Amino acid sequence: MTSAALASLLPVGPITRVTGRALVLRGDDIDTDRIIPARFLKCVTFDGLGQQVFADDRIELQGAHPFDRPEHQGARLLLVNRNFGCGSSREHAPQALMRWGIRAVVGESFAEIFYGNCLALGIPCLTASHELMLAIQAAAGADPAAELALEVTTASLSSSQAATGWELELAPGPRQMLSTGLWDGTGQLVANAPALAATAARLPYMTNFAG
Amino acid sequence: MSAGTLYDKVWDLHRVAELPGGSTQLFIGLHLIHEVTTPQAFAGLRDLGLTVRHPERTVATVDHIVPTTSQERPFADPLAEAMLETLERNCADHGITLHGLGSGRQGIVHVIAPELGLTQPGMTVACGDSHTSTHGAFGAIAFGIGTSQVRDVLASQSLAMTKLKVRRLWVDGQLQRGVYAKDLVLHVIRRLGVKAGVGYAYEFAGPAIDALSMEERMTLCNMAIEGGARCGYVNPDATTFAYLEGRPSAPAGAAWERAVAWWQSLASGPEAVFDDQVDFDAATIPPTITWGITPGQGIGVDEAVPSLEQTEPDERPIAEEAYRYMDLAPGTPIAGLAVDVCFIGSCTNGRLSDLQAAAAVAKGRQVAAGITAFVVPGSEQVAAAAEAEGLDVIFREAGFQWREPGCSMCLAMNPDRLEGRQISASSSNRNFKGRQGSASGRTLLMSPAMVAAAAVTGHVADVRLLLDA
Repeated sequence: MTSAALASLLPVGPITRVTGRALVLRGDDIDTDRIIPARFLKCVTFDGLGQQVFADDRIELQGAHPFDRPEHQGARLLLVNRNFGCGSSREHAPQALMRWGIRAVVGESFAEIFYGNCLALGIPCLTASHELMLAIQAAAGADPAAELALEVTTASLSSSQAATGWELELAPGPRQMLSTGLWDGTGQLVANAPALAATAARLPYMTNFAG
Repeated sequence: MSAGTLYDKVWDLHRVAELPGGSTQLFIGLHLIHEVTTPQAFAGLRDLGLTVRHPERTVATVDHIVPTTSQERPFADPLAEAMLETLERNCADHGITLHGLGSGRQGIVHVIAPELGLTQPGMTVACGDSHTSTHGAFGAIAFGIGTSQVRDVLASQSLAMTKLKVRRLWVDGQLQRGVYAKDLVLHVIRRLGVKAGVGYAYEFAGPAIDALSMEERMTLCNMAIEGGARCGYVNPDATTFAYLEGRPSAPAGAAWERAVAWWQSLASGPEAVFDDQVDFDAATIPPTITWGITPGQGIGVDEAVPSLEQTEPDERPIAEEAYRYMDLAPGTPIAGLAVDVCFIGSCTNGRLSDLQAAAAVAKGRQVAAGITAFVVPGSEQVAAAAEAEGLDVIFREAGFQWREPGCSMCLAMNPDRLEGRQISASSSNRNFKGRQGSASGRTLLMSPAMVAAAAVTGHVADVRLLLDA
């Protein structure tokens, strides 16, 4: 698929549900240097990053990495553990995941900047307790062909292969931003021009303390 | 819930509006930009038909991709050259000041903003770089952001944010000779772990913090993010004001008096309420080094690589991964571990006092055979100040290379990098797998003085013994 065709499929508007196969990536503290090594940051667009996601880990595992395995091609949900996306603030990390095809991440916890970057791209990050996450990963890992459905509005996950669903966590703010389409909020920030001017006016450093 | 802390006061002052999604629109007082995380932000701005709202509140430099051996243009690496050209064009198009190569003011973004007096107490500071937490040393609320958020700040001088909780890290006592702010922060992260700060701002306070210089406070706040805390800060005090007075962007004259009064009013008062507090004793902290693949995997220079039994159950899988990657068996003493490359520099430890501490160790000694050792000043101003007092000569005579300013081998986006399985002794901030440019390269984080000690001995060594020799 050309990058233009892929870009046309990137998240847009209200995001209420994400469906598709899931990819399990186990381990705590997976940092953004691993998600996208620094040498790939030498770019002026994000277009080519999809192929480079986890580049060094994939080279090391010679085709055995989850992102290389044939059964995971086209997966849309990523299932991770604790402190996923720690380290560098590089938005190239969620961009690389998104351009590979990931549209939602479920994990035990996320590093804060990574979480905010995902939200700004319309990629929901939901959390689950340690035990629940292991159960979800076990179920998804046992049947990579299973279709999962993530409901953003109710923060729940279900599988075509399991009778019961899983209740996840998503803070009310991000939940509302995603489900209403307000995650892409630049326009909203710019529209508050009078309030921005009022805030600037009460900050003495804006006039270098001219008094 | 915290109340009356510097974080609370600065947050309230910068609150623009409550947003429908439940987040807060926060005004950003200072926006720092560099070549790596901004090209797509400017492109996004153009796509939306927007302009830069406060070009005078945005300041640019170039740091990540610059070579440190020759900074002649065009760069040998066409991708690096294209990134700098893009930044130059974007700054020119939008009226943003760029402190470029050779300007006398170029350097690592977190080094130059303080030295120019741009970073001030009570500001909100944002930059597309996680080590923006550095600026918290001044009592600013400073944090890293992604590229979409850079676009938002360019367009609106504000961000949609969620308020953090505030944890006070109270540090009693005084650091011992040969123990530096870097050891303190590595010790804090060792104790609390790399995840404990998620959802928190870290306030560093107590007698040991009061005694730190501004450069030491910057080292400390710089690595708050490695403990998971998106921002860390120190309350402004006489040390802060003395550092700022007379700097190019600092207020002067009657404005200076008004500024100091305002800055003092923002410090956490005795009535401040914190969400949490953790206590430390500075006097018991040894020179600290990481042995593994996260900044939390630190040990004292006299200790050995911990066994699984000595490791919290939750941390055992990553410890096992670290044993394999680092090729270090549990029980191996860290002192005596041979290194290949010694790197002094970065936004954590590339300031004048860092170079002075390293030079004190290097002076009259020689880099051990087979070791590559190099010093990368954090900025053109740091380089000039160091050269004025002859530090470059000390380093060169000892066998170190004296380079030009930039981020260099902290993240290896320029030609400076590890090869293969090389081990570095590094004054930088991250020991992640592959961080220093080789997918199998290994990093030991430590203070600049400890890096110098490793360089002259050829292995991890206790700098206290060299200082006393």
